[in-house]
Amino acid sequence: MRYLINNLDLVGELFLQHLQLTLIVLFFALIIGIPLGVVLARVKWLQGPIMGILGIIYTIPSLSFFVLLIPVFGLGTTPAIVALTAYAQLLLVRNWLVGLTSIDPAVLEAARGMGMSSWQRFWQVEFPLALPMLLVGVRLVVLSSIGIGTIAAFINAGGLGVLLFEGVITANYNKIFSGAVAVTVLSLTANYGIRTFERRAERSIHGAQVNH
Amino acid sequence: MTYAYSKIKESRVTQSGEILFEDVSKTFESEAVSAVDGVSLQVAAGDLVVFLGPSGSGKTTLLKMVNRLYEPTSGKIWIGDEDIQSLSINDLRRQIGYVIQQVGLFPHMTVKKNISVVPRLLDWEKDQIQSRVAMLLDLTGLPDTYLERYPNQLSGGEQQRVGLARALAADPDILLMDEPFAALDAINRERLQKELLRLHCKLDKIILFVTHDVEEALLLADKIAVLRDGKLIQYDTPIDLVTKPKNAFVEELVGTNNILRRLSLVSIESIIKAKGRLLDKPITMDQAMVEIPTIHSDADLRSALSLLLSSGSDYLRVEDSFGTDQGLISMEDLREMLSSNQLIEKKKCDEISD
Repeated sequence: MRYLINNLDLVGELFLQHLQLTLIVLFFALIIGIPLGVVLARVKWLQGPIMGILGIIYTIPSLSFFVLLIPVFGLGTTPAIVALTAYAQLLLVRNWLVGLTSIDPAVLEAARGMGMSSWQRFWQVEFPLALPMLLVGVRLVVLSSIGIGTIAAFINAGGLGVLLFEGVITANYNKIFSGAVAVTVLSLTANYGIRTFERRAERSIHGAQVNH
Repeated sequence: MTYAYSKIKESRVTQSGEILFEDVSKTFESEAVSAVDGVSLQVAAGDLVVFLGPSGSGKTTLLKMVNRLYEPTSGKIWIGDEDIQSLSINDLRRQIGYVIQQVGLFPHMTVKKNISVVPRLLDWEKDQIQSRVAMLLDLTGLPDTYLERYPNQLSGGEQQRVGLARALAADPDILLMDEPFAALDAINRERLQKELLRLHCKLDKIILFVTHDVEEALLLADKIAVLRDGKLIQYDTPIDLVTKPKNAFVEELVGTNNILRRLSLVSIESIIKAKGRLLDKPITMDQAMVEIPTIHSDADLRSALSLLLSSGSDYLRVEDSFGTDQGLISMEDLREMLSSNQLIEKKKCDEISD
């Protein structure tokens, strides 16, 4: 605990680095995953192969994935972001796809029959109705990126993993402890924050029931 | 008026538009037989036409070709003098109200938002939408406290009322209804059928209504299109369908032998017309003991029969809509009408009072 207090600057900086890495990963994951999910929801036969590929990527052990990417992207945050974004796709797309495909077909037919363009159908109907499941995906992506992100310190990507690795090498248990506490705080806070959004989104699609 | 709204107005189908199906066929890729097979029929402006048939008869497919949820494999559909293929698909759909059995309200939108979807798509002004929504809520018999409610806070019947209001929102000339009341309980179904009839009489829109329920078809329709295996078997008024079925299938479907059903379609005016002059006084002596009940000349013969049986009287006194005495009818008159050819269908809009 003393280490944590004495080195609050360092831990804080690593904490922010870790958070930054996670947010960058989330950003790219969403940019790729949202359109991918929409395509899969419409082109059903692609679901099997694409989800299969995402599943295989997810099974690659993280350390070896990071190392494999070093020849292409060098050391640092880039290979970490690439690997974490690749992992994130399975978690994000699977949930987002469930959200999109579980919308009542009658609702979609009504939307079509009323003359909404496909763009209007997406933004006014599909997106809000599938949002709670998208947020489930987001939460899993954030939590897994925080977790696996600690290992990225091994390839110089920074973050709270630095404390863990250095602590192990120098047998500094205080350092390990501080790193672990910081990662846990980050995870729990993220989990709680995103859950709040999820609940709010769920409430909005189930009507005002909860408010009464 | 915004640009998009005026654009829609320009491309709007002719007001006096009728719908014409011209040798329309539809074959789905996965199926060998045609879902709809060479259907031609004409729907006059303002008519409520029911597509009636067993499941798999192609009635829903035919309906969904009107708002182009399905495209015909061959043949054409005209609204007024426009081929619907020549219209932009979303413009076309925004001019046609659409009500389905599962209602399909947007669960994340309030009643108000649900109803105003199409006006918003058409870029109506805010206060114009506001007053339209209030008017529709009133028209469909919902209290205005429902504006801010969500669909899951409403009963099935109320949801379908909102569905109907939503379909009517942009004041379309055509309303497509795909078994809209099939999922409701008997009480709500009957109530909504009556209200639809009232709306139809009031609003003068073409309504195409799909059902497999014969009673519902006979109650609502100006004309019924009987479909079987994708083919149009007969297209007639309810009374012609019941009294002059084209073949055994129609006969069985509409229940030609069902005397009560037949009576329910015929107006008392048929008797007046057939006999020229009704009796002024009862013939039988013992009738003096019983008070003679009065019935409206627009009422159907089934109601007359029911009144004869329940009152114990041998006669009913007929009054026209001005309350003028038209004379007496008896059980004998009803019996004669069953074999008559000169039947006058009861007027659907007359029995509706606001």
